[in-house]
Amino acid sequence: MNSNGKQSKLKLSGVKKHFGKKIVLDGIDLSIEQGKSLVIIGASGTGKSVMLKCVLGLLKPDEGSVMVDGEETTHLRGSERDAFMEKFGMLFQGGALFDSMKVWENVAFGLIHGKGIDRKKAWEVAIEKIVAVGLKPEVGNLYPAELSGGMQKRVSLARAIAKNPEIIFFDEPTTGLDPIMADVINDLIVSSVKGLGATALSITHDMASARKIADYVAMIHQGKIIWHGSVKDLDNSGNEYVDQFIHGRATGPITRRVA
Amino acid sequence: MTAKSEKIAIDVHHTASFLTDLLPDICQALGRTILVFLQRVGQLSIFVGKSVMHCFLPPYFPSQIWRQLVDIGYYSLPVVGMTALFTGMVLALQSYTGFTRFNAESAIAAVVVLSVTRELAPVLAGLMVAGRVGAAIAAEIGTMRVTEQIDAMTTLSVNPFKYLIAPRVIAGTLMLPILVLVGDIIGVYGGYVIAIYRLDFSEGSYLSQTWDILETMDVVSGLVKAAVFGFIVAILGCYNGFNSQRGAQGVGAATTNAVVSASIVILLFNYLLTQVFFS
Repeated sequence: MNSNGKQSKLKLSGVKKHFGKKIVLDGIDLSIEQGKSLVIIGASGTGKSVMLKCVLGLLKPDEGSVMVDGEETTHLRGSERDAFMEKFGMLFQGGALFDSMKVWENVAFGLIHGKGIDRKKAWEVAIEKIVAVGLKPEVGNLYPAELSGGMQKRVSLARAIAKNPEIIFFDEPTTGLDPIMADVINDLIVSSVKGLGATALSITHDMASARKIADYVAMIHQGKIIWHGSVKDLDNSGNEYVDQFIHGRATGPITRRVA
Repeated sequence: MTAKSEKIAIDVHHTASFLTDLLPDICQALGRTILVFLQRVGQLSIFVGKSVMHCFLPPYFPSQIWRQLVDIGYYSLPVVGMTALFTGMVLALQSYTGFTRFNAESAIAAVVVLSVTRELAPVLAGLMVAGRVGAAIAAEIGTMRVTEQIDAMTTLSVNPFKYLIAPRVIAGTLMLPILVLVGDIIGVYGGYVIAIYRLDFSEGSYLSQTWDILETMDVVSGLVKAAVFGFIVAILGCYNGFNSQRGAQGVGAATTNAVVSASIVILLFNYLLTQVFFS
């Protein structure tokens, strides 16, 4: 339960992860309500992507708990994990489209091979999702290598929402896009998440994106959540780390070693 | 004590203290190497176990298995066929050169058929497929790993062991014996062509010598070896690709490791299987 007495859709408690001697996550505590969008901000190398992979089960946390709908998930393996993944959709930073498959096959992959839906029905759903992200149906017959970066992001978004997931993760969704295309993707993310009534967890460096897609923002620094609040409070957080980050100042408490 | 013996005593003392200082470092390095080796062996064993388990447990992906059967089997046919043909031809020529010194030319047919079926076809086909297929598997899966396509597959509720690994392992294990059987026929034919058209052997006697010496076990042992080599090529290609490090260099290293490790393990298992079959 969260402070409002509602059960959290996703809750992380004391999640720790290290690689060798490097501590990447040092006790992450976080929760998201059903239907809300949380954006994690933080400098590169602070553990944002590792945290996302721990939630998805792509990495196993060393300690701590990851609960979805009040159910512990860190112990799930094999077919239990596969079934549990039905709840999730994910837009990867680089798109992660299967380059040996056509666009529609990419979008329908989880439907055909994960849910066992027949190809014709899956094709219909895939084309519907391709159109929903602003692409023409003919794009479905192209290969990912034939698309621009912005189009690949759209296809990746279409794939992420194809199974109508309950929770969607966005890993730096606007990285590498021009500001206009980035805003188009942000709009698509907002409309897709609201349309599905899904819960969203995003990580980004792009403050314009964070302001557009977030209900709540959390900042991660040195493997810990150092601030968590409503997006409306972002400019008045009273946290010097957050202030430095959102204004992109080189000087401040966050120091970056160059050599 | 003389000055000379005093100097020797000092030298001995210095050497001893040098070794005492160095010993912990040597032990540490040795221990680290052994631990890394054991970790890799354990990692590989778990990977092999999981891969084999997923070959037998549903769901299956018939379209993927079919694609790999064609990729590994059909497209390797030219390279295996050419290798077998030239090997059989060279074997006949070399045997003739050597055997004429002992007036044992009649043994050429036996040497060709036994060498090809028992050893050369399975080993050379294994090595050629390791170069062609093992490298391709490692590069494809390695690229999928570094571009997060494997992670994407997992988030789409599809187990990469079932979709990527199992079809390749099944196809490698099934197709290499078929390739070797074709290689056996082409290799023996290569020897036959040289014996008849170059060395003036009689067609009938060469063929009858070939059939007389050949036993079922000679062919079967070669096919069993081929199945093992196919499994080795596929599993090491998948393992190296699946555990590829980041970037182009990581994929390159995975590809090289896949080919080198598969080649060495094939040669090792060839010895072990030969020991089992013929000792």
